[in-house]
Amino acid sequence: MMLPNAVPVSWYLILSAILFSMGVAGFLIRRNIITVFMCIELMLNAVNLSFVAFSYELKKIDGQLFTFFVMVVAAAEAAVGLAIILTVFRHRMSLEIDDVSSLKN
Amino acid sequence: MSPLNLMLVVPLIGFLICLLTPKENEGLARTIALGASLLALVFGLGMIGLVVAMPTGFQYQTDIPWISTPNIHFHVGVDGFSLWMVLLTALLTPLSILASWKSVQHRANLYYAFILLLEFGVLGVFVSLDMFLYYVFWEISIVPVLFLIGMWGTEQRSAAAVKFFLYTMTGSVLMLAGIIYLYTKTNTFDFTQLALLTANIPHEARWLMFLAFLFAFSIKTPLFPLHTWLPDTYASAPTPVTVLLAGVLSKMGTYSLLRFCVGLFPNEAKEAAPWVAALAVISIIYGALVAIVQPNIKRLVAYSSISHLGFVVLGIFAFNRWGLDGAVYQMVNHGISTGALFLLVWFLEDRRGSLAIADYGGVARVAPWLSTAFMVATLGSIGLPMLGNFVGEFLILQGAAKASFVWAVFASVGVILSAVYMLWMYQRVFFGEIAESIAGYMPDLTLRETAVILPLIVLMIWFGISTTGLLEPISAANGALLNLIEGPARVAVMK
Amino acid sequence: MTESQSLWLIPILPLIGAALNGLLGRRLPKMAVSAIAILSVLGSFLWVMKCLSALGNLDTPHAEHYFTWIQSGALEIGVDFMVDRLTRIMLLIVTGVGLLIHIYAVGYMDHEEGFSRFFSYLNLFMFFMLTLVLAKNFLLVFVGWEGVGLASYLLIGFYLKEKFAGDAGKKAFIVNRIGDFGFSLAMFLIVITFGSLDFTKVFEAAAKMPVEAHAGILTAIALLLFVGACGKSAQMPLYVWLPDAMAGPTPVSALIHAATMVTAGVYIVARASVIFDRAPIALDVVSYIGLLTAVVAATIGVTQYDIKKVFAYSTVSQLGFMFMACGAKAYSSGIFHVATHAFFKAVLFLGAGSVIHALHGEQDMRNMGGLRSKIPQTFATLCFAWLAISGVPGFSGALSKDEILIAVHGKSEWMFWVGVVTAGITAFYVSRAMFMTFFGEYRGKAHPHESPLSMTGPLWVLALLSAAGGYLMRDLVHSIGPETASHGDHGSLEFIIVAAGLLGIGLAAFMYLMNRGLSQSVAKALGPVYRLVYDKYRVDEFYDAALVRPIQAGSESVLWKGLDVLLIDGVVNGVGRTASAIGGILRRCQGGHVPSYATWIVLGAALVLIGFQLVGGGR
Repeated sequence: MMLPNAVPVSWYLILSAILFSMGVAGFLIRRNIITVFMCIELMLNAVNLSFVAFSYELKKIDGQLFTFFVMVVAAAEAAVGLAIILTVFRHRMSLEIDDVSSLKN
Repeated sequence: MSPLNLMLVVPLIGFLICLLTPKENEGLARTIALGASLLALVFGLGMIGLVVAMPTGFQYQTDIPWISTPNIHFHVGVDGFSLWMVLLTALLTPLSILASWKSVQHRANLYYAFILLLEFGVLGVFVSLDMFLYYVFWEISIVPVLFLIGMWGTEQRSAAAVKFFLYTMTGSVLMLAGIIYLYTKTNTFDFTQLALLTANIPHEARWLMFLAFLFAFSIKTPLFPLHTWLPDTYASAPTPVTVLLAGVLSKMGTYSLLRFCVGLFPNEAKEAAPWVAALAVISIIYGALVAIVQPNIKRLVAYSSISHLGFVVLGIFAFNRWGLDGAVYQMVNHGISTGALFLLVWFLEDRRGSLAIADYGGVARVAPWLSTAFMVATLGSIGLPMLGNFVGEFLILQGAAKASFVWAVFASVGVILSAVYMLWMYQRVFFGEIAESIAGYMPDLTLRETAVILPLIVLMIWFGISTTGLLEPISAANGALLNLIEGPARVAVMK
Repeated sequence: MTESQSLWLIPILPLIGAALNGLLGRRLPKMAVSAIAILSVLGSFLWVMKCLSALGNLDTPHAEHYFTWIQSGALEIGVDFMVDRLTRIMLLIVTGVGLLIHIYAVGYMDHEEGFSRFFSYLNLFMFFMLTLVLAKNFLLVFVGWEGVGLASYLLIGFYLKEKFAGDAGKKAFIVNRIGDFGFSLAMFLIVITFGSLDFTKVFEAAAKMPVEAHAGILTAIALLLFVGACGKSAQMPLYVWLPDAMAGPTPVSALIHAATMVTAGVYIVARASVIFDRAPIALDVVSYIGLLTAVVAATIGVTQYDIKKVFAYSTVSQLGFMFMACGAKAYSSGIFHVATHAFFKAVLFLGAGSVIHALHGEQDMRNMGGLRSKIPQTFATLCFAWLAISGVPGFSGALSKDEILIAVHGKSEWMFWVGVVTAGITAFYVSRAMFMTFFGEYRGKAHPHESPLSMTGPLWVLALLSAAGGYLMRDLVHSIGPETASHGDHGSLEFIIVAAGLLGIGLAAFMYLMNRGLSQSVAKALGPVYRLVYDKYRVDEFYDAALVRPIQAGSESVLWKGLDVLLIDGVVNGVGRTASAIGGILRRCQGGHVPSYATWIVLGAALVLIGFQLVGGGR
């Protein structure tokens, strides 16, 4: 089943790159933990997009498999991450990422 | 299971049980620890018969593959040399536990657990016939010491613990490099095979390995100038642990020097012998001279230990039967006499809470039995005939004199100096007016303390008079080593 | 090979006594303690007698092997005892005099704290001393050698609360250790040269070696053995411990530091005579050291006021005479003097002990005087010893001293004359001590009382032996070994020696009986020389400044605090500090802020990508 005006794979990749860069930028710039967290999800999904695109292009199942793995991990990560965020908020009454710096020492 | 394996397993099980005992109940932990260490001693004593009958080969061998690539085995066994190191360890551990009996209150279960882990590690070092396994045990033995010093030590304990750890780690990292290098050249970690295979390794590579081993063991022994961790460590460790450090752990260094440095790289060892012997002689005199001026009893005995271990190294590198026999004999007897000395120092410390010589005086008049025991240990340490150390020192010096008379002359100066520092210390602590500070605090030996010190004193006298039971297997094992080094088997491989 | 005589019983009996008294003595009554001590020594004395009578005239030495002590490679050292004619003399002296002194000590130590401890040590000494003389190899001699040193150390420091006693004991042990250093080196050379330490094997092999005109291996062995002898027998320059050793109880001074232990050095030289005979250089050294010691110690003896110190220096001086005999190859004369000296010096010390006991601890002769009538028995016995040491004919001291000096005359004339003058000085200072103590009027405060029978009894036995002992033992001693030059006509020499002794007595009588003030003015006239001698030539001070202090200061400031702490630890800590400094810079990167970590990750990922592009790895 070939689409007549098939979108070239490069478009998907460009979109994926844009989404990923947005994720990175948000991750670095934003101070709210929830936002940062969403940026991480954005990056993951950007990668998923490129996986799927490649899978379609190369007619191989591997890419889609990877996507499922990433989605599972992302779901687990969301569960754990949100739990941590919740606990941090309870302790510090703040979601500012600069307030959470006890990693040092 | 062979008694050797049981002997290894018992302290390990004891360690795990002690960890699990509630920390408020220090009585339970120490009873378990004492029981486990005594059980290990029983298994050890049970091995004497067979090993003494056939001292030249490894008895009670167990050889189980552990990891397939690289080819690592759980390979253990004892011969007429290592057996005595094993027994020394098994003897001093229960005595050390019994000496700590009442004094360790804080987290006692951990304390006794670590002592058992230490015993496990040290025993493993002495019986391992697989170089990798040996390395693993070597590292296991370091960890509990670190905690014992850091958690229950005295003055500047964390600094001392770190110093000990860094010094020892430096050595063991080099040793690990040497072991791995050895494996890449021979494809085996098995000591019994390596002893023949090392002859095939290129000359430069052998030198590198030899030096790596020498460096590691010289730190452990210790040999001048790698000794400065020792006084701090010995002084900072809780004294019952110092007993094990001085009595047993230092023997890991000299044992490995003889077994691995000399056993695997005899030609290099022979070439390096003048240099190592020179360092040994320096250690002897240096340790003695510095011991003279120590104001602290424990540090004094620590420096004396450096001096005595210098004798052992000198004997090993004299490279003849007398020197080797004397060195091994002295290892056993130094363990006994230094162990006894540190135990007695601990009894003093336990009563008075001080280690400064200046805080004592006139103890002989208030605690005659304690003083008598201390006197015997002192005399043993300065090598008086009819006590064990004399036999070892005599053979070492005789061997050294055969190798080079000058060594014997300088080393004998150390014998004079040993009388100087020990008797001067003894006099200041035990003779003279009774110091005010000890007047009411110096009861004589208790029953428990007598039980701790008496076995060592009996052994000192026994090994001083009836030497053949101990010396014959040692001599046979050394004869086998000398044959292996110079004999046809190795020469054949070399061609 | 004669049948076994169980020689081991001889030393073991006192050892059992020592063990009993040491372990149980504190709970036993004094009677039991003294019974154990005396009976054990009596037992070994009787056993000696029994063995000697069974062994006859000992044409060949009698040896017994018990068990192998040390075996390593080709070296085998057994616990072997033997009795030959030399051992016979030593056994008789040690057990005989030892027994008398044990009996004496029961009375002397009656009031002292640590009664059982004392006898335990004293028996221990007997054990080691008997081991020393019975041993059939050098290492077993060394056991006794170090052992008597230990017993001496314990007994000198017997008065625990006295600091100087402890100091003196320690000094004795350490100086002896310097001697032992020589002894052990000699053993190493013997093993390397002869492959054994057994007397029979070593001396047989040595007898086949030629006399060494130049220093060789035998000379080295002989000299090293002599270093050991110098330590034990208090010869120059190692004599300094003996005068201090008088800090111990007086019976100890008599037994260990006069009669027996200090003669061990003479014994070992006589024992190794085969080696010394083949090392003329070593023999010369022995002679010179002996002579020098005799002179130096005698002059110091003249100036001392402590009665025990006088006799201590006299012992050192007499030991010098014995070594002079050995140096002149007259070993049997040396041993003869060991025997006679054991008798009269024991009397001198025990008598001095009796005086001190009578005066409740007073030792300064300036606080004595006129005791002749107050303690007549002590005085009478001391007279025997006095005349014996002064060399008055008819007493045993004269016999052995004449022999020695005649033998020395055969070796070198000038040494003979120096020896004669020293003999005169000896007579002078012993007479001085006698006159100051027993004549004139009493200058002290205490009330003197005669000693009990347990003390005067042994004194009388020994006093009679000082007179007649020489005649009794002469043949026994001369059976030891090579005939000396004493036979033949030496009338004129003997006359000179006797005259010197009498002159010494006369001079002392003139200075201390007739003209009391004279000695003071002589001392004043001599000024600094007198001070120097009175201060014992300041040898102790010299050792202190030249050896003890430099070693202590050097060890403390250079080795310990310099090398150990500053240099080695400095380097080690320097490595540590460098590592932590680098770490200190790196830790700034770890601010704990998640975004900054993320930035590093992104930057790192970018770097990796750029790196891949640069090396062309992307494709």
